[in-house]
Amino acid sequence: MKREQCKVLIIGAGPGGYVCGIRAGQLGLDTIVVEGEKPGGTCLNVGCIPSKALIHAADEFHKAKTFRGDNKLGISLLNPEIDFVKTQKWKDGIATKLNTGVTGLLKKAKTRLIQGNASIIDGKTVKVVTSEGEQIIECEHLVLATGSSPMELPSLPFSDHVISSTEALSLTDVPKDLAIVGGGYIGLEIGTAMAKLGANVTIVEMDQQILPQYDADLVKPVTDRLKKLGVTLHLGAKAEGVTTDGALKISTSEGMQEIAADKILVTIGRAPNIKGFGVEDLDLKMDGRHIAINDVCATSMRNVFAIGDITGDPMLAHRAMAQGVIVAEHIAGKPSVWDKRAVPAVCFTDPEIVTVGQLPSAETKTAMFPFAANGRAMTMEREDGFVRVVYDADSELVLGLQAVGNGVSELAGEFALGIEMCATLTDIADTIHAHPTLGETVQETAHLALGHALHI
Amino acid sequence: MNILAIKLPDVGEGITQAELVEWNVKVGDFVREDDIIAAVMTDKATVEIPCLYDGTIVQTNGDIGDSLAIGSDLVLIETEAEGASVEPDEVEQSTPEPAVVEEVKKPAPAAEKVVSVVEKQASTPSTSAPAMPRAEGAPVLASPALRARARNSGIDLRLVHGTGPAGRITDADLDQYAQSPSQQNGSANGSGKAKREGTEEIKVIGMRRKIAERMSKANANVPHITVVEEVDVTALEDLRAKLNSERGDKPKLTILPILSAALSRAVYDHPEMNAHYYDEKGVVIRHAPVHIGIATMTDAGLMVPVLRHAEAKCLFEAAQDIQDIADAARKGSANREQLSGSTITISSLGPLGAIVTTPIINLPEVAIVGVNKIAIRPVWEGDQFVPRKMMNISASFDHRIIDGWDAAVFVQKIKSLLETPALIFVEA
Repeated sequence: MKREQCKVLIIGAGPGGYVCGIRAGQLGLDTIVVEGEKPGGTCLNVGCIPSKALIHAADEFHKAKTFRGDNKLGISLLNPEIDFVKTQKWKDGIATKLNTGVTGLLKKAKTRLIQGNASIIDGKTVKVVTSEGEQIIECEHLVLATGSSPMELPSLPFSDHVISSTEALSLTDVPKDLAIVGGGYIGLEIGTAMAKLGANVTIVEMDQQILPQYDADLVKPVTDRLKKLGVTLHLGAKAEGVTTDGALKISTSEGMQEIAADKILVTIGRAPNIKGFGVEDLDLKMDGRHIAINDVCATSMRNVFAIGDITGDPMLAHRAMAQGVIVAEHIAGKPSVWDKRAVPAVCFTDPEIVTVGQLPSAETKTAMFPFAANGRAMTMEREDGFVRVVYDADSELVLGLQAVGNGVSELAGEFALGIEMCATLTDIADTIHAHPTLGETVQETAHLALGHALHI
Repeated sequence: MNILAIKLPDVGEGITQAELVEWNVKVGDFVREDDIIAAVMTDKATVEIPCLYDGTIVQTNGDIGDSLAIGSDLVLIETEAEGASVEPDEVEQSTPEPAVVEEVKKPAPAAEKVVSVVEKQASTPSTSAPAMPRAEGAPVLASPALRARARNSGIDLRLVHGTGPAGRITDADLDQYAQSPSQQNGSANGSGKAKREGTEEIKVIGMRRKIAERMSKANANVPHITVVEEVDVTALEDLRAKLNSERGDKPKLTILPILSAALSRAVYDHPEMNAHYYDEKGVVIRHAPVHIGIATMTDAGLMVPVLRHAEAKCLFEAAQDIQDIADAARKGSANREQLSGSTITISSLGPLGAIVTTPIINLPEVAIVGVNKIAIRPVWEGDQFVPRKMMNISASFDHRIIDGWDAAVFVQKIKSLLETPALIFVEA
């Protein structure tokens, strides 16, 4: 059996793993990344990137459809159509391009990428089954970056008919009736896209609100838009199973209902991938269903690290990437630690929601500035939504920044920078924001909080 | 509505001016009759000035430390009360020159007001270096770049005091911490001790200013001659112990009443020592009564309450009086009588009394006797060393009036009285 040695062995080439691999390589550490699928992980292959591609295509198609009849812009268009197979091919092309990119970046950093399934023998030894056979890799430092998988409902086991987000992003036909179980961001993003592509979408959520982790103010513009798009929402409803003709059975306060469905998409969350490849035998300390880590992502076993979705919420690519950098630098002897003040989160719903830092609470004050008073929003025919700042009344320290609105995902950078730099309201209010942009609203929100908004 | 003036009342006998030491009101304050509006200080006492009317303060005259003329307008008050109305000054509140008395013999007011002005750097407060650690779990406000810098320097940002907006830690804060880390982080320099930066400006006003003036006047004008002599106080201490053990209800005797008695006895033979010298008039006034100033430390500073007619007091009376006047001085309740009129002064620091001191004359007196601490020392007595209770006295004299010879003779006289205490009580 082939045996290899390295300083750092990373299992998983998702955003956490491959970034850790690049950084470790940059720092001169002899590093191997093992990946069973294509490099890039969920994010690049069956998550962030493909979903954004489909959302874009759906938006474009939906826009085209609005030009069929009378419209304010005076554009006329005859029956636009979409070749969804072609759309998917385009989407896959982006993923492939990025796969290749990741492979190239690892190579450039002199980090070896081994295609194969890893199983852990002990904290320093890993067996990898590749197309060429088995090999043993011995390492000084082991980094677990195995990610997460869509969760299944016992009453709705995955099948051709009941699918997860992975399959939903690879459909070659737009389903006529799509039932979605779970009103979190994944279900909403795919559901909205499918609705725009022409599907008849029904979303079933157990909570009394979609996106239950956010407050009602942030969610309302999304709910309004879903209704305009003809999406049916069943709130406080529970999925009970599938009928013989494929319909989704749900129980609501009004009793049992059946929802016709060509496909049932289950998006109730994601579970960490920590079983089936020997992690359990390491007997690592757990934090609920996730692996417990400290501020350098070290687990309870010496020289074994964990990053990304297996370490818990928020399960976001950019968090995993930041962790990957910290682990690589820590192994290289640098004093890096997790000291982030905030992890930004974006829902690519319509309109988009971006949140950074604290949401409103009894201890904080907030100010909210609507896009209805923003010129750029008007020129884009999207005046729904707002920017909100959460701040400490005494020190004027900005504790949180949120927005809901068309295209506000691009404000995530300013928001995160503001929070990490410990900006005060005055810092933001006194920074010139370019006109005419949606970003001006951020400055106006700070002005508003300081009691002297200029444009409202 | 009337605008009436509240004038600075005559707060002491025969004085023409008083130093403003405290404002209790500011322009715009509503005050009631008998509210205290300010405090002024004369040579001997601090006096609070009550308000005479209900009304609103429209003008205050003078800054803390200014000398105000008796009878000048202290404040103007807008009131319903009847009286001769006055016009507020057109000038800004910050330039209340009219009420300030120019003292002819003194240098410019600015130099007079503040004896030693040291530059204050507001940007480097002396307290910021050894910063308080943050509470467990409290957020550290610092930019990512600064956090990285701190990590690379091995500095725990939780220990760094932030001076930026909202308590944000700035690069300067980190610089300062790196130069002078607190005890919690001794690794950044060898000693682990904080280097302190910055200065603090303390305005020299009130008592302290008075003391400063008197001291510099005495030291500048009077050529001092200081004579130090050692005194064997074994017999005196034995006597004192005996008297104290049998004192009953009487106050405990310290060395001061005995020394006062000795001084009273000594100046009977040396009347030139119990005198005031008025150099500008060219006259020395010798006093028959012996009023002994007792230099006393108070919270406000050095005061010299007076033991009056020490020559006519028995030891326990003197002990009681010294205790009373010292208490009064410390409490700030001493009256003018208790604080003036001394003819000669004793300066004693008790157990802190050192070996030698160089007392400064309490003008216009001509002699001051400093008492140093008592210690058991070996003394050669013919064929052997014996342990004796020894005490030095350090006496200063106005050398313009007192010659060295006379000073030495006077000190020898005191020594002789203290070493053979019975002599103190022998009729002169």
